[in-house]
Amino acid sequence: MFVNQFLILAAVLFCIGVYGVIARKNAVLVLMSIELILNSVNINLLAFSMRNGSLDGHTFALYIIAIAAAEVGVGLAMVLLMYRNRRSIDLDELSEMKG
Amino acid sequence: MFASDVLVAQNIGFALIALIMVYGALRVVTTSNVVHAALWLVVVLAGAAAQYILLAAEFVAITQVLVYIGAVMVLFLFGTMLTRARIGAESDLNNKNWFFGIPVALALFVALAVALDSGFGSQKMPADAAVATTQEISDQIFGPYLLPFWALSFVLLAAVVGAIVLARRD
Repeated sequence: MFVNQFLILAAVLFCIGVYGVIARKNAVLVLMSIELILNSVNINLLAFSMRNGSLDGHTFALYIIAIAAAEVGVGLAMVLLMYRNRRSIDLDELSEMKG
Repeated sequence: MFASDVLVAQNIGFALIALIMVYGALRVVTTSNVVHAALWLVVVLAGAAAQYILLAAEFVAITQVLVYIGAVMVLFLFGTMLTRARIGAESDLNNKNWFFGIPVALALFVALAVALDSGFGSQKMPADAAVATTQEISDQIFGPYLLPFWALSFVLLAAVVGAIVLARRD
């Protein structure tokens, strides 16, 4: 196995996630794209962990999984609040801050 | 490029799982149904767990299945149900400027691929990598990484309290 095959796979997933964050309007789908990005980072960390023969990458990956779970919890609570106040979760309608 | 000591079975497994993951990820960002996007995301996350096993990280793989596929996906499906009255295909999930995402993603991928190719070229994984046991990982977490673990505990507590406060009806 090459090191690069995992890193390229992670890069592909990262770019797909970035495309999703840019292209999607629905807030839940944007959160899913962010999950794609976080997962690609995890693949990178574990690939480097195997390459270097060190366990640090495993620890970082576990911490990232925990942070991602917290992020989804707070993010979906905010989406719920948005829906309750506006009956819509389209992100481009949140334009009160526009001058 | 393919030397004789390349492990064929692992590479075939990697290629199959990688293809499934990339197709699933593309479906997540292009499908017109929020529930289908969540289910395709399950495919991607399960594929990631399989790649973790290929990378000799079984504890992280099991945690991925438990936390992501078990908990986060249920949260996503609940979020979809609570915010969307109708379950089905919708036409207005994308921004009106969605096509700007394609050149951005392609340029980012080209930059990453060039950097990775020049940085790691044809380096190989060590063929005799030991599987990381749960005991070694816990020695890491509760040894040198104890302070980040405490910080993470407070972050999780704050996130739980914050989610309850935000979503509560009052």
